[in-house]
Amino acid sequence: MLSRRGSRLDRSRQRWLAAFAGALIFASGAQAVEYVRIPAGTFSSVLASDATPGPVAYRAFDMRTHPVTQGEFQAFVIANPQWRRDRISRTFADAGYLQNWRSALVLASDQADRQPVVSVSWFAAQAFCEGEGARLPTWSEWELAAAADVSRRDAREDPAWRARILSWYARPATQALPSVAGSPNFYGVGDLHGLIWEWVDDFSALLVNPDSRSAEDGDKLQFCGAGAINLQQRENYAVLMRIALLSSLNASDSTSTLGFRCVRPIH
Amino acid sequence: MSRHAHLRTFLVVGALTFSALGACAATPAASAATLPSASIYHLSTPLTDQNGKQFTLQDRRGRPMLVSMFYTSCQFVCPLLVDTLRETEAKLTPAERERLSILMVSFDPEHDTVGVLKATAEQRGLDSAHWVLARTDAGNVRKLAAVLGVQYRALANGEFNHTTSLILIDSAGRIVGRTARMGDADPSFVKQVKATLQSDPQ
Repeated sequence: MLSRRGSRLDRSRQRWLAAFAGALIFASGAQAVEYVRIPAGTFSSVLASDATPGPVAYRAFDMRTHPVTQGEFQAFVIANPQWRRDRISRTFADAGYLQNWRSALVLASDQADRQPVVSVSWFAAQAFCEGEGARLPTWSEWELAAAADVSRRDAREDPAWRARILSWYARPATQALPSVAGSPNFYGVGDLHGLIWEWVDDFSALLVNPDSRSAEDGDKLQFCGAGAINLQQRENYAVLMRIALLSSLNASDSTSTLGFRCVRPIH
Repeated sequence: MSRHAHLRTFLVVGALTFSALGACAATPAASAATLPSASIYHLSTPLTDQNGKQFTLQDRRGRPMLVSMFYTSCQFVCPLLVDTLRETEAKLTPAERERLSILMVSFDPEHDTVGVLKATAEQRGLDSAHWVLARTDAGNVRKLAAVLGVQYRALANGEFNHTTSLILIDSAGRIVGRTARMGDADPSFVKQVKATLQSDPQ
């Protein structure tokens, strides 16, 4: 029933929204949702599979320049009430979902509007992205975009760059989150480091058993697929910490420092 | 929420507001009020079986089932998965078997077409009255896997790393048991299957 709610919106409201949205694209200017192109190329992930060692080719895609904000997520929840914290099924979000809001539809403060949304489950993040004709980035897509600094496509070999990223991990989690607007990197994508953790599409399977093919141990049989995953670039532990965090989550989990952004594949 | 607050929100998002309306159709929940909160049937995954028949995950409601996820080009674990499901079925009485259906959903919509699923079912001699091999699109694969607690990841070489398990779903869509034991029937899992069939009124 809820899933059909959208199509049952009465026509006048739909028309009103359509007209209004059109006007607002014009009116909201710099606040409009922005995606930038990440061009095709090759990249060496810290997660390499033994089936394909070395750099892997990837297709071009578009990525949101900033994480989704609380204001944006608020609008999504208003338009899609099945994602309200007081209506959501436990299948899709745990009890912590949007608990940092004042109520089901009201943010904690006026300043929260431009802060990144956090305390959202993977399901909610994925649903939001679908509403933009997008999806969550895969780990590879996120890692690729996050490897850039202001002037370089891949700054990972630079110890100073690594140190800057790591310094964020030392910031106490109790401080209020800043607004999105971090300085754009080489691609024009901001806030990949230093603001929040981010959901990725394939968060749950980043660290699976390295060898699925040894048949002796029953436990090992549960992993299929010839590719074993190894950690490369062990010194890059700022990135490895992300993987460890993501691997510890369930899709219905929400935490107070975990948000997301979306990508659009190019067809 | 006042009208004023609505307006303010729409100002922030602009184009998003409009597209978010479209998201309603893509989001889950059908007759959610009558389902347990932890039911997989909050997800309305559109599926197509090995005979080309279209159905949704919710159509399976009302009857316990075993669910698993797989992909047909997997050479090692996936054939074992079918064997394990067969072994598990073999431990049931004919009456119990009659009431339990088996749903296997592919991770690999690109390669596992209806024709490929059909060929696999025939090759393995799977009775389509009880065994449904199904496919859906990539987005719905992700959500179904997440709801079932199945981990998977597409690899650059076209294969998938994934966990393999049999998942027992009761008639209301709750996950009531799972096993990762492959190769033969897991006795404690068989016990759970029998208990679920017994307690689930027809």
